[in-house]
Amino acid sequence: MNERVRVIHPRTEAARRVATRPASREIDEQTGLGELYMRTLIRSQRRLALLVCATVTVLLGGCALLGAYVPRLDTVRIAGVALPWVVLGVLIYPVMIGIGMYTVRQAERNESAFIEIVRRRP
Amino acid sequence: MSADAAAIGAVAAVGAATVLAGAFGMRRGRTTSDFYVASRSVTPRWNAAAIGGEYLSAASFLGIAGLILAYGFDVLWYPVGYTAGYLVLLALVAAPLRRSGAYTLPDFAEIRLGSAVVRWIASLLVVLIGWLYLLPQLQGASLTLSTQTGAPRWLGGLVVSAVVLTAVGVGGMRSITFAQAFQFWLKFTALLVPAVVILVVWQHRGDGLPDGYPTAPTSITVTVRAATAVDVPTAETITIDGTLDAHPVTGLVVVGAGEHHLGAGTRVTLRHGDVVPVVKSLPAQRNVDWLRPLGSGRPHPLYASLSLILAICLGTMGLPHVLVRFYTNPDGRDARRTTLVVIVLLSSFYLLPTLFGAIGRRYVPDLLLTGNTDATVLLLPERMLAGLPGVILSALVTAGAFAAFLSTASGLTVSVAGVLSQDVLGTGRDRHRPQRLRSQRLRAFRLGAVAAIGVPYLLSLPSEHLGLAAVVGLAFAVAAATFCPLLILGIWWPRLTDAGAVAGLVTGGLLATAAVVVTVFGAAGGGWFGALLDQPAAWAVPLAFLVMVTVSLATSSRRPRDVNRVMTRLHAPEALAKELAELRPSSR
Repeated sequence: MNERVRVIHPRTEAARRVATRPASREIDEQTGLGELYMRTLIRSQRRLALLVCATVTVLLGGCALLGAYVPRLDTVRIAGVALPWVVLGVLIYPVMIGIGMYTVRQAERNESAFIEIVRRRP
Repeated sequence: MSADAAAIGAVAAVGAATVLAGAFGMRRGRTTSDFYVASRSVTPRWNAAAIGGEYLSAASFLGIAGLILAYGFDVLWYPVGYTAGYLVLLALVAAPLRRSGAYTLPDFAEIRLGSAVVRWIASLLVVLIGWLYLLPQLQGASLTLSTQTGAPRWLGGLVVSAVVLTAVGVGGMRSITFAQAFQFWLKFTALLVPAVVILVVWQHRGDGLPDGYPTAPTSITVTVRAATAVDVPTAETITIDGTLDAHPVTGLVVVGAGEHHLGAGTRVTLRHGDVVPVVKSLPAQRNVDWLRPLGSGRPHPLYASLSLILAICLGTMGLPHVLVRFYTNPDGRDARRTTLVVIVLLSSFYLLPTLFGAIGRRYVPDLLLTGNTDATVLLLPERMLAGLPGVILSALVTAGAFAAFLSTASGLTVSVAGVLSQDVLGTGRDRHRPQRLRSQRLRAFRLGAVAAIGVPYLLSLPSEHLGLAAVVGLAFAVAAATFCPLLILGIWWPRLTDAGAVAGLVTGGLLATAAVVVTVFGAAGGGWFGALLDQPAAWAVPLAFLVMVTVSLATSSRRPRDVNRVMTRLHAPEALAKELAELRPSSR
């Protein structure tokens, strides 16, 4: 008699089924919504790629132009070695590694954010 | 004599180790998948070392130091570019390329555009770039062997070709991965140990680099192989036995400043402090200018530097042997991580050639007289250390140099052979004819390998020795003007069409190849025109992009119908792709 009975609205199951239609299906079936998801991911990754390329351009191009137009830089010496040699021979490498680490982390972040959205669609 | 024996021993050891690694891989890898792509079971660290091993060619190991000795500061852009190329590749190409499932660049073209014509042109370009890149490797091998042991000029290339064909034929990709990773560490050690020793000796001696023209550090005798024009920077008295300006001379001669001609077989003896005459093809620069940015003595140095940076940064992604490696990553995420590890490895390696080049300017300036500057790394240890330590270090760099030729040559051979067997011999991994026997495919692959390395070996025999890094730079320029636009637009721009790709590849390929041919045959001349042809990337790459985009927009009706599905495949993370596959188990 005092056994608990779960009372449910008859239409809840049906309603929930519609809501849990996974976004991955939308993507797979190339529906408008699926395409929108993919386009968002591609756009965020493209923005990252362009940002990295722009940074590399500024870094390398900047070094080349500085070397060309600020000749006084090579009178600066670090441990007896002229500054341009120190920059291009040594210092530029850790900077590039740093940019690479940022790229990997950011690209993976974009992807996991995307998976998150796709899996638990409102 | 003992130095010869040590060098021969070093070469033999590297060759044997390569074949052994191949045999080891073969014992473990039995399926066709193992043969082609190591069954994708390679971890990022192994794969990154393998990529590094394959990428660090003769140009990196020998060429950069030689160019630094000759041209100075501006050459530092080569190693910086070689590293930055991977940064660009990481940002733009690594993960999507892996996800495309393409094993070669022609595969990518077909997957993305579904066009047999694009595939065919891409195959042609892979073979062209591969051969252009293999040629200097084989020449470098010949140079190394004849410098260290006095062997005939054709032998080194032959040794490399034979070892590569044995290793590739026996083991395939799996074994190559082990061999390549091993060779990266061998190359790194072979340059690091002598570099440290040289640096210590140099510090100990306290020799600076004087401001004036390079002078002989000790008494050196140089024999000029063929008739040569040289620049003598300042009037001086030097010992010459042979012919000078068509007059037979022996003993001390007064030589005026300016251009002079030495006959074949002439011996020049420089005493300590004598200013070194410089072969006409290299600039005679005072050290103080040599140290300075844009002081290389070449025409239009700023343009040359910028165009070179562009070629290398964008060309890296289009090198056939680099791309194959990405397919052996388990997924796109690992492809990215592998690339990052590659950047770290390259950054450590490229600190070393600079040291050799800069110290070489002080201790082996006689290479400026022979023009044989690629031998800087090989000669420097012996020149600075007398006796057994010098011999041992010299054998070590010889071993490293051979590792460089072997690894790059085998990587290129595998990828060119893959393309030749798939698209020329027509028996590759043909999806439409699954009944093809495995043995048939492997036979075609081996046949392709023979053609892949045989042709550049034959070409390397007569052609004059050009600077290693310079020829490799031209291969980069062709790759940048063709595959770079195809990959970047193919991955990021859904509106690319097959017609656009064909037009862009043909434009970029023809322009860059024409510039290469004119430069190699020395017909470019000086001035702006010569500078533009010498470094074609700055104009050829934008033009190729422009043509590809314009023609694609004009032929928008030819856009592939499955482009959205392909874009999803390129960019969707694997975790999601797995769910997609579960949704439609039958359609894969």
